[in-house]
Amino acid sequence: MAQPLVAVRELRVGFRTKAGIVDAVRGVGFDLGREKLGIVGESGSGKSTVGRALMRLLPRSAAVRAERLAVCGTDVLTASDRTMRDIRGGRIGLIMQDPKYSLNPVVTVGEQIAEVFRLHRPEYAGKRAAREATLSILEQVKIRDPERVASLYPHQVSGGMGQRVMIASVLAGGPDVLIADEPTSALDVTVRLEVLALLDELVASRGLGLIFISHDLNLVRKFCDRVLIMYAGRVVEALAARDLGNATHPYTRGLLASMPHIHEPRDPLPTLVRDPAWREPA
Amino acid sequence: MSAASRPSQAPADEAGAEDHSERLAVLGRVAGRILSIVLTLLGLLLLTFTMGRLLPADPVLAITGAEVNKATYDRVYQELGLDRPVWEQFLTYLGKVLRGDLGVSATTGHSVLTDLAHVFPATLELAMVAVVTGVLIGVPLGIVAAVNRGKPIDHVARIIGLAGHSVPIFWLGLMALLLFYAKLHWVDASGRLSVFYEGMMEPVTGLLLLDTAMARDWDMFRDVVSHIALPGLLLGYYSVAYISRMTRSFVLEQLNQEYVVAARAKGLSTFQIVWRHVFKNIRVQLLTIVALTLGGLLDGAVLIETVFGWPGLGQYLTRGLTMNDMNVVMGAVLLTGTLFVTINLITDRLYKVLDARTR
Amino acid sequence: MSASAPVLQRPPSGARAALLRQLADGWHAYRQHVMGMVGLALVVLLLVVALFAPWIAPFDPNVQDLQQRLLPPSALYWFGTDHLGRDVFSRVVFGARTTVEIVLLVTIIVAPVGLVIGTTAGYAGGLVDEVLMRITDIFLAFPGLVLALGFAAALGPGLTNATIAIALTAWPPIARLARAETLSLRKADFIAAVRLQGATPSRIVLRHILPLCIPSVIVRVTLNMAGVILTAAGLGFLGLGAQPPLSEWGAMVSSGRQFMIDSPWVVAAPGLAIAAITLAFNLAGDALRDVLDPRGDR
Repeated sequence: MAQPLVAVRELRVGFRTKAGIVDAVRGVGFDLGREKLGIVGESGSGKSTVGRALMRLLPRSAAVRAERLAVCGTDVLTASDRTMRDIRGGRIGLIMQDPKYSLNPVVTVGEQIAEVFRLHRPEYAGKRAAREATLSILEQVKIRDPERVASLYPHQVSGGMGQRVMIASVLAGGPDVLIADEPTSALDVTVRLEVLALLDELVASRGLGLIFISHDLNLVRKFCDRVLIMYAGRVVEALAARDLGNATHPYTRGLLASMPHIHEPRDPLPTLVRDPAWREPA
Repeated sequence: MSAASRPSQAPADEAGAEDHSERLAVLGRVAGRILSIVLTLLGLLLLTFTMGRLLPADPVLAITGAEVNKATYDRVYQELGLDRPVWEQFLTYLGKVLRGDLGVSATTGHSVLTDLAHVFPATLELAMVAVVTGVLIGVPLGIVAAVNRGKPIDHVARIIGLAGHSVPIFWLGLMALLLFYAKLHWVDASGRLSVFYEGMMEPVTGLLLLDTAMARDWDMFRDVVSHIALPGLLLGYYSVAYISRMTRSFVLEQLNQEYVVAARAKGLSTFQIVWRHVFKNIRVQLLTIVALTLGGLLDGAVLIETVFGWPGLGQYLTRGLTMNDMNVVMGAVLLTGTLFVTINLITDRLYKVLDARTR
Repeated sequence: MSASAPVLQRPPSGARAALLRQLADGWHAYRQHVMGMVGLALVVLLLVVALFAPWIAPFDPNVQDLQQRLLPPSALYWFGTDHLGRDVFSRVVFGARTTVEIVLLVTIIVAPVGLVIGTTAGYAGGLVDEVLMRITDIFLAFPGLVLALGFAAALGPGLTNATIAIALTAWPPIARLARAETLSLRKADFIAAVRLQGATPSRIVLRHILPLCIPSVIVRVTLNMAGVILTAAGLGFLGLGAQPPLSEWGAMVSSGRQFMIDSPWVVAAPGLAIAAITLAFNLAGDALRDVLDPRGDR
């Protein structure tokens, strides 16, 4: 691959709080091509912060530094606000955890998709064109009655449907990269797989790069091509998903060991003992 | 909606019973609400009645004048029903109010209802100018402050708000008169109109800005503006303080919501986010705030009318107070209370209706 | 993400120690608040001036000297003199006393009344609650000043009556607050325990619930104090508050009105005093709100 869709080198993010600066990300680096990259870590490990830093969506209290932080060749750290607005939604989209909160409760589902078309796709700028594009993309995310759904408010649709709507609105901008931040954690177990399958299909058919942020190692292992394991703001291990069994870092091994297996019942299930040394670079 | 919905094959009669009891519950709620309104209004009347009875001045002397012989005094005393038990007096009062009889003012000699109808438009006009000022300046100011939280403009908005909550309005009015009337001669000082125009306009709405504009009498319109500008804007300043502060906190609350992050991730600008997304979420709350401001304005109006000699409800009330004119005091207080209750009631209903549409 | 709060690291050894520590932590947070400290300093200044008024004021506030009418501010008369030749500065200083009297009296009336009504309504529930809250609503149905005006007139002009009138309009929000607190306490285990020991409802309310509502009520009364001072000044301005010759800022503004154009100081000084002390209470109240509710906006 000539130029990676996303390039990150030595990314550091600190949050200014009353108690001083808290380092959330401490020197993360990776490249993303047209592939599915999983970022796994426990809460507070900095995985979501990496995703938001890529889109420059962190609050003002965050100090972001990096040797390189680029999306589709554009340097995110130095780009103008105008350029960033084109990139957000246009080149890189964000699917958030819970459609109950990430969709605006008082704006219809259709309007929330249509506005992305009008913003990023000049060919759909007209009211009618945007509406038709909206209905068609709702169909692509497998919503059966797009006409009806488009006119609903978010509280009138189920969680699974809400997340499809969210995905549709993100795809509407025609991005090259998707960041999915725990996209199925808030969903019922039964709809999770449907949404994942849909995401997989869309990423494959459109040839997108996907950053899949999750705390669920098993899920990432099955779904992604490559996995980064994050701990305390650092990538402790990066490897292909199929090689996870050969992971060397004690944190990764610990995570794998503490997972229950239906065929080898273990009692008690080992708990992860965290070693302070993991916080520092190997 | 959820995957685990309740069994849908409920027996038909059970569903019917459920429907019936639901309807009863709704009916009960409506009845409860009506009862509570009636009780509130009754309490309002009781309170004004008590107030009137407590007035230190002798209501008989207020009518007859200080020099009166015993026979006349006793006759008026009986005519006023003052010899009856208090609860009977209250019932009589209640009956009269229900018939629209608020008594006669001892000072003006008119029926209080006529007087109120005469002075109320003046206060309404003042309040309208104030509310429009408050919304047009307060809402944008609050939004800008919230979006630029912690930056200089936010501090400016905060100071404007704090001053509005701290400086006594009657004093600010006097200082403004000193500057704009006495020193700069920009505005007229007292009343709604110059003496020259007095009585030249047949009131249609009673709101002089509207009346003169409809009559296309622009000279007179200018005169009205010159009179209302200062008291209206000053009163408006107090609503700016309140509205901007509340708007700011509403917007800040919304800006912390996930959907705002999602909207930013879509590439929307701050202006687009505020206008298309945040504003739609707070407009119902804003409506409530504006209505509450309207009630609070009645307070400020009492003082500002005194300062500017504005012939409105506030001045009518304070005159009644100083003249010990019981019927006037009771009438004016009752009107204010009723207005306040009505505004709150309408806002409450509107809130529920608008909110139910989207939530 | 963040370190655990310091409160958790030190286990409280007793209820009183815990309360003291909470107060100390609160004070520590409050001290960070610059504007809040400015407000507090002004409030303290008001108290000091009120307490030592006779020593601070250079003149007797009520002695008239018609030879010295409406003199502009000078080294001798810092804020000038009024239409009766009285020293405006001295009158402003003594006016602080009046203001403090009003503030204290309103607090003394409003806090207990609000507490008793609110906790009773909240604990008793049912019909008692319904009736008490309906009464509260009726009082809330009037704009504050209009109601206070009515009562002040009904009770007769004078400082005490004006203060009572203000208190009559100020208790409903306090009662609402106390009721809400009581409702959340009513289900608590320790109340159930006390009840099982056979305590009477009045004892439960007075000994166990009411004391717990006091802190939030005190805070709320402080927050409302700016409004109380403005209402008091308004009553004074309309002639229904303190009566002459007593120094009261609102009344001073009112009596200075007719001389305002030529002698603006007679109106400016008392008005600024009202504004300053109201601002002080507003600043202190804002800071208090921030400290008590850190997730709120600033």
